[in-house]
Amino acid sequence: MNYRVLYFASLRDRAGMDAEQVNSLAVDARALYSELCARHGFTMSEDRLRVAINGEFAAWEQHLHDGDEVVFIPPVSGG
Amino acid sequence: MFRLSETPVAPAALARELAHTSAGACVTFEGWVRDRNDGRAVLRLGYQAYAPLANNEGQRIVAEAREKFAILDARCVHRVGTLEIGELAVWVGVSAAHRGAAFDACRYVIDEVKKRVPIWKNEHYADGESGWLHPDNTPVSAGDRLV
Repeated sequence: MNYRVLYFASLRDRAGMDAEQVNSLAVDARALYSELCARHGFTMSEDRLRVAINGEFAAWEQHLHDGDEVVFIPPVSGG
Repeated sequence: MFRLSETPVAPAALARELAHTSAGACVTFEGWVRDRNDGRAVLRLGYQAYAPLANNEGQRIVAEAREKFAILDARCVHRVGTLEIGELAVWVGVSAAHRGAAFDACRYVIDEVKKRVPIWKNEHYADGESGWLHPDNTPVSAGDRLV
């Protein structure tokens, strides 16, 4: 499966990129994040992040589909 | 209405958009970029947003405010990009028949925006470092941050 992953804030700094196409066997966001942690050395734990799929908040267990846009949302700090 | 803006916003013009013949009160909030946080001198801020989700979540918050409080209109604009000290970073405005609901709704919108909307603040410090902040304005731990 191919996923489009976007990075923001500290995850963007750590990954060194805004976005990438990821070819992965991961079927949900949890498995995908674990794979990306290994690839980019993310240290932020899952319980501090939220997941968005195709522009909407989603559950970590939501089944991913080919072409999905997946974003791991670090703690927000607007305002 | 909620929107992100890459250019400076004009609060007076935004407030006029809230005008309504039934309105007896208008409450606005402006969040400004200040020169210190957590004891460190700040030179400027950089805001990043995940725009599609930020817009969706921002619109939801404004809709919630209209359901929860007896108001006529509510609007919020949040800046993205690089902001200098003193610049307006976020603006919230509410019009209502009476001031109580207007104050309450304005407070609700800014509090929820800070909690829920995917926008991130990067502080650039006078000592050359920079860091992403958490909702409570404490820095992201050193392990998560590129120094």
